[in-house]
Formats: sequence, C-alpha cells, structure tokens
Amino acid sequence: MNAIIASALLGVLMMFASWIFDNEKTHTRIALVGLLALIVANVLQLNGIYTIPVDYKALLSFTQFGLYVNTILFILTFLYVWLNGDEIAKIGNHAADFYALFFFILCGASILTSFNNLLMLFIGVEILSIPLYILTGADKKNLNSNEAALKYFLMGAFSTGIFLLGITFIYGATGTFHMIAPSVNPATGMVREQLMQSAGLILIFVSFNFKVSAAPFHFWTPDVYDGAPTVFTSFMATIVKATAIIAFVVLFHSQYKALGYAWELLLTFVLISTLFVGNITAVFQRSVKRMLAYSSIAQVGFMLFALYGSSSFADEGILLYIMAYSVASIGLFGVLIKMKEYSFEAFNGLAKKEPLLAAMTTVFTLSLAGIPLTGGFFAKYYMLNAAVQSGVGLWLVALAILFAAVSVYYYFKLIQAMYFMEGEPVMHEVEQRYKYKLLVFAILILALGILPNVFLSYLYF
Amino acid sequence: MVLLSILSIPFIAAIILLFVKQNEKANYIAIASSGITLALALNITFNGAVNFDASWISSINARFVLTADGLSKILLLLTGLSFPAIFMATSKNEIKNRAQFLSLMLFTQTGLLGVFLAGDALLFYFFWELALIPVYFLCSIWGGEKRIAVTFKFFIYTFLGSLFMLIGIILVYTHTADQSFAIQSFKEAGLSAGQQLTAFALFFTAFAIKMPIFPLHTWQPDAYEQSPTAVTMVLSAVMVKMGLYGVMRWLMPLFPNAFGAHSNFVVILSVIGILYASFIAIRQDDMKRLIAYSSIAHIGLMSAALFANNEIGAQGVLIQLFSHGVNVLGLWIIADIIEQQTGTRSLKEMGGLAKQNPTLGILLVGFAFANIALPLTNAFVGEFLMFNSLFQFKPWIAVAAGVSVVLAAIYTLNMVQKCAYGEVSEKMSKMQAPNVPAQFVLIVLLIVVIISGVYPAPLFDLTADTLQQLFIK
Repeated sequence: MNAIIASALLGVLMMFASWIFDNEKTHTRIALVGLLALIVANVLQLNGIYTIPVDYKALLSFTQFGLYVNTILFILTFLYVWLNGDEIAKIGNHAADFYALFFFILCGASILTSFNNLLMLFIGVEILSIPLYILTGADKKNLNSNEAALKYFLMGAFSTGIFLLGITFIYGATGTFHMIAPSVNPATGMVREQLMQSAGLILIFVSFNFKVSAAPFHFWTPDVYDGAPTVFTSFMATIVKATAIIAFVVLFHSQYKALGYAWELLLTFVLISTLFVGNITAVFQRSVKRMLAYSSIAQVGFMLFALYGSSSFADEGILLYIMAYSVASIGLFGVLIKMKEYSFEAFNGLAKKEPLLAAMTTVFTLSLAGIPLTGGFFAKYYMLNAAVQSGVGLWLVALAILFAAVSVYYYFKLIQAMYFMEGEPVMHEVEQRYKYKLLVFAILILALGILPNVFLSYLYF
Repeated sequence: MVLLSILSIPFIAAIILLFVKQNEKANYIAIASSGITLALALNITFNGAVNFDASWISSINARFVLTADGLSKILLLLTGLSFPAIFMATSKNEIKNRAQFLSLMLFTQTGLLGVFLAGDALLFYFFWELALIPVYFLCSIWGGEKRIAVTFKFFIYTFLGSLFMLIGIILVYTHTADQSFAIQSFKEAGLSAGQQLTAFALFFTAFAIKMPIFPLHTWQPDAYEQSPTAVTMVLSAVMVKMGLYGVMRWLMPLFPNAFGAHSNFVVILSVIGILYASFIAIRQDDMKRLIAYSSIAHIGLMSAALFANNEIGAQGVLIQLFSHGVNVLGLWIIADIIEQQTGTRSLKEMGGLAKQNPTLGILLVGFAFANIALPLTNAFVGEFLMFNSLFQFKPWIAVAAGVSVVLAAIYTLNMVQKCAYGEVSEKMSKMQAPNVPAQFVLIVLLIVVIISGVYPAPLFDLTADTLQQLFIK
C-alpha cells in the first residue's frame, strides 16, 4: 500500500517539478530522490510498517513475494534513471514529465504485484500501459516514434478490449470480481458456468500474451521497440515487461487449474511459438536494436516456463530471471545508446577502442545467452528445473535448449564484431563516469551469476 | 584448503595479468603461477584424500565441494605439468598482446582444474562451461585465417552438448532423495530404467562431443589447425580429457545399467573413429593436422576401452590419460618449433632435421616412438592394458582396433622420415637450435615419458582407489 500511495503522489509531484525548476539535471536528481523514497516506503511495508492505514476491502493482498518484486522493480528503475538521466533529458522539452510517467508506471506495477481482484488487475494494467504509449511517442519530431506510438496504442486498446471481455465472462460465471478457482466435478465435467469461466480466463491469457509480447501476439513488439527512443525501449523491454510477466505468473498460478488439461496445451503452444519466432527472427536482424527486440521475445519464451506450475523453483526462478534479464538488458541498451548507428558493423573494433566498454557488453551478452558465471545462467537453470519438476515433457525442455543454442548465434555476433573484426566503432564520446555506472550493472550480473542466493534470501526473512 | 588454493592461484594470476602491459613481466607471472600450481598438484598427488566443502546456493542445496581422488589427481598432475610446459615452450613466440593471451590461458586452466575437482554436479557444469569461454576467445582472436567460423562451430557444438548435460543434471536432481547435487545423492537417485536411459543419453552427448566420438568429431581437426599452437596444446593434451573424465566420474557410476547396455554401440563407434582418423592421418601432409588426427585416434581407443566396461580397460585409460597428454604435448611443441623457424607445416617441404639439428631430431623420434606406443615408452603400458580389455570384451573388436597400431606406425614413422631424414630441404636449412626453455621442456617431457614407461607403478598406486570405486561388486 505504501508503494502505491507514494508512487502516485510522487508522480504528481514530479509534474510540478518541471514548473518550478528549469534545470533538467535537477529533475533527474528529484526523480532519484523520489525513487529512493519509494524504495524506503516499500521496504518499510516489507517489515510491517505502514504509513497510512487504508481499508482496501480485500481488493489487494500484500504478500512477501509481491513486495519483494516491488523492491526489485524500484531498485531497477533507480539504477535505470541513474544511468540514463542525461539521455532522458535529451528527449522532449521537460525530463520531469517523463519521470512523472515513470512514477505512474510504477504505481501500476505495485498494483499488479498485489492485486487480489480482477478489477484491480485491470486498473493496474491500464495505469501501467497508458504512460507507455506516451513514452513511445516521446520523440515527437521523429516519424518512426509517432508511428510506433500509434501502433502500440491501437494494438494495446484492442488487447484491453479482450481483457475486459474476459473479465466479463468470469463475472458472469461467478458473480464476483474476486478470483475463485472452480471445482470441476470429474463425473459431470465442466458445467456451463465453468466453461464460461474458462473462456474468460483464456481471453485474459491472450491479452496477457499481448502485454508480455509472447507469440503469436508479438507483432507490435519489434516496431514499437525499434521506433521508440532507445532509452525508453530500454525501460519498456525490461522493467515494464518484468512487471507484466510477474502479474501473469501470479494470476495463473492461482487460476490455471480452472483450465484443466487445456492449460498445458495452450501454454505449450504459446511457449514454443514464442521461442521459435523470437530466436529464429533474431538471427536475421541487421540492427542490434531490432535483434534485442526479438531476443526479448525469445527471453519471454523462457520466462513462460514459470507458468507450468507453482513451485519454489518457479517463484525464485522468475525473480532471478527478471533481475538478470533486466540488468543485462538495461546495460546493453546503455551501450547501444552511445552508438551512432545500430548495425552490427558499428560495433566493429570496439574492443580496441573501448576495452572496458567491450568487456562489459560481453558480460551482458553472455548473461542474455545464459552462460555460467553470469546471472542469465541461473535464471535459465531455475526455469528449466521448474519445468522438469512440474512434469513437463523433457522434449519441450530439450527444444528450449536448442533455441538457447540458436540464441548464442546472434548474441555472439555482437562479441565477434567487437573483438574479432577490424574497424572503427561508430559511436559518441563516452564519459568515464558513464562507464563506471555501467560497471555497476556488470558487477551485478556477475554477482547474480556466482551467488544468486544472496538475492533470493530476502524472499523468506 | 589446498584444493581451493590450486583453483585460486591461476585465477588470481589471470586477473593480475589483465592489468599487465609488458610481455616479459607477463611471461614471468604466467610461468610462476603455473609453476606454483604444479607444485600444489604434486603436493595433492602425494598426500592422501583431500576435500573442500563450503556452502554455495543453499536454497537449491548446491554446495561448493572439491574432492581429489586418483582420477582427479592424475588429471591435476597433467594439467599442472602442461601449462608451465606450454608457457615455457612458447615463451619466445611472437604473440600480440601476450599478457591478455596468457591471462585467458590461465582462466582456462582454472576452468579445467575446477572440472577435475568438482564434487557437485552443478559446480561441475559451471566449470565445464567456464573452461570453454576463454578458449573461444583465445582461438577467435589469435587463431589462423578461418578462425572465427571454425571456433564458432567448435563453441556451438560443445555448448549444445553441455546444455544437454544440464537437462540430464536437472533430471537426476529432481529424483534425488535429498534434493542435492552431491555425487553420492546422484548415485542413489531412484531413477527408473527409462529415466536412467534418458539421463545417460543426455550426459553422453556432452562427453561424446568433447572427446570426440565419431561422428561428432567434425569440429576438432579444424579447431586444432586454426587455433594458435599454445591453445592447440591445451585442447589436445588436457581439454579432450574432460570428456573421458566425465565418463569415469559421472556416467559410469551414475547409470551403470544404461552404461552396460550401450557399451557395444559406443565401442563400435569408437573403433570406427579410430580407423577413420588413422586413415585420414596417413593422407595428411600438414604436420599439425596429422598430429590432430592421430590424437583423435588415440582418444578413440581410450573411449573404446572405457566403454568395454572392465577393470583392466579402466586401468589402462587412467594411465593413458596422463601419458597421452605428455606425448601429444611433446609432438606439438616440436611441430611448433619447426613451424616457427621454417615457416612451414607441410611435410613435403621438410627433411633433414636430424642433420640440421640432431638434438631436436632425437627428441622427435623419442616422442614419435611414444606415439606408436613402443615398449619402454609410457604409452605402451596404457595401450597394452586397453587392448587387453578390448580382447576380453570381444576379440574381433580388439583385432579391428589393433589395426590402428599398424596404421599409427605408418603415419608416425612416415612423418619422422619426411621430417627428420633425407637431404636438408631449403626450408629446413633455416632451422636453428630451439631456444633454451623449449629444449628444457622437451627434455623433461621425454624423461617423464621414459620413466613412466619403465616404472609405471606409482601411477597404478595413484589410481587404485578410483578403480576400486568403479568396480566394486
């Protein structure tokens, strides 16, 4: 509750900041302080201290898991703003406006991690989504950015419609917005109400697939990620996507039984097509930014393994996954922002000119590919273990692994360009300070890859 | 504690080397660190069983366990011996950014030592991959003309194999009673016959690619040829042993039934590989490729003897793990010296080494004899035991594999003849005496070859405990 109230208030505060202060550096500083306050407010609640007592009529439920996810998301946002503050200031007229939008997104995120009711879920998703449409179109003079925003908005509105339809079905079947898993009598099979509820759940499933850009509902992703200003792509592809995935997992861990046998079939279909589309298409990309867009689809494929069943591996795994994936992606986008051109060739010879930058890019890339000693390895490991434990066929796991090997192909193209190709990298000047900031991300990735335990133990204390 | 230090010394040295600029200094650091590692390896070898156990990822019960039994010790010894030898022998070679090169080599050594010491399945997998990453960079940066494509093929091959092993590990892990990655729990995991077979296949794929067993070997000759010679030495002397080690440490004890059921299949594949590689070796003109194929044939024999699944074969392999490493290292160093000084690897352009430089000629002949396993050389002991085991397994297989001895004599002696004898060729006339460290290394290696050939008893004693564990009835 602390986080929801604080983030909404901070959002409003941030809007007025651009009115009072003219300096964009100050805006970034205020945002950082605000994020710190948000983290503190959330950690206070994690320890049982509430600022304002609110009777939320069981619409929300605050679990250790949800609050810990909040903490992770806020810290990630903090790191993201800390790294990218200068870049955000370069876009549009008032950086403070964007920060206000970030806070609203985080407000939506903290609702999504604690919903206990379908209406709250819907409100959370919308609070999260609407600022994103604006962020995508933030580069007003750029046609691609405008196109991406319009596309995103139209597709997003469509998926919202499907979402609402699903909720309506469920309401019609159960008479409540609270989530009740139906108890199916095996002798009679599903009766009409239960069928309706299942249909509603499937519609919500589809809509969520859209939000997390799982195939075959992924078509908006490459264009939007490519068209949006790179700093905001970095935010959308990591923190926002992580939130959506967490909400997805939390919702269906409590509801998947309602779908019975069909659940596994549906999920398997989506999972395979996501892995397939993401990985295979990424192989053919010429632009690193588009490659990252497709690879983010592919990564979602792996995250979907957490949906098969609730286990400690699935819960811990999805947390590790969003941490490892987000940190590595923010880092990699952080490097990409400094390039003048997004083709693979632009990275040629980076290792010679900027050895530290190249080494860090390598760490991020290796993590996304899931190589040991980086966080990405344990993320993938936990997911696979969760899948095997929930009784998924080994063939599916083997298939996922084949796709992981495919992903090595396109991730390593970047490493090959940096280390083994001769050339002059096409890039902006990179300040020493920026490199040290990136170093924090690289160290985090390595820490996640050596002692993932440290990051998970907070789930239980 | 000594186990932890043998792992951390190359690791720390590798990190220090990242910040060193001067070549000379880098050389000293690398040689010193690998020398200390060798001393520690000797120390571990001659002391009793040692263990290191620390908590790692408690929530999934993975522990940082290092153990050293006979099997580990013999490979520890090989790894310990190979690296200083390689560093010294190549210390005068022209290498760009030597400090970085040596740093990556030491990271590789850390990974290899970790593989041979890990007593926990997840840790084993961790090091298994770690040994691969630095090699990928070494070959792709310092390799030959086609290095990028060839190394990538090598990387994808082994990476895919190890991912299959990862599924195997997960499969066994979910069936352990106490949900842990310890070897003991893995051995006692209640797998059904079908699951055992699946897990066996998954682990086997990883090891078969690494060894490599025919028909998964296609990455190897190219990778050996395109890698810088120092890396080729690591690959063929130590790294291929990872596959054989994996079989003995994990495959045999974990899945005894599936192992027994598939021995025929694997032995036949291995024998095909031996003959295939030997015939190709005969046709080679490139000295590096010849040694590469000869190495494939030798590893094939070791895998055949291992899968024959009898005690005498395992004993032979345990000895040969060490001997093959030393022999092939000697051959590579000589090939490298010749290439560095004459600029050619083609046997056609060689000739007269014995006249031009008698010392090197004698050394070449010595290692060539070891390569064809003549008595009094170390390889004789191991190969004798291995053929014996194949004969016990199925006489006709021993006959088929026995052909390879003849073939080995053909290609090895052919190489010696073209390289060492005859008139001094134009290229060979540029040959000078090899530098002192290289010569020193070769002589030491040859002494090891002869001593362990004449008096192999210490090696038998060293590996007795592993044999006992593997074949307890």
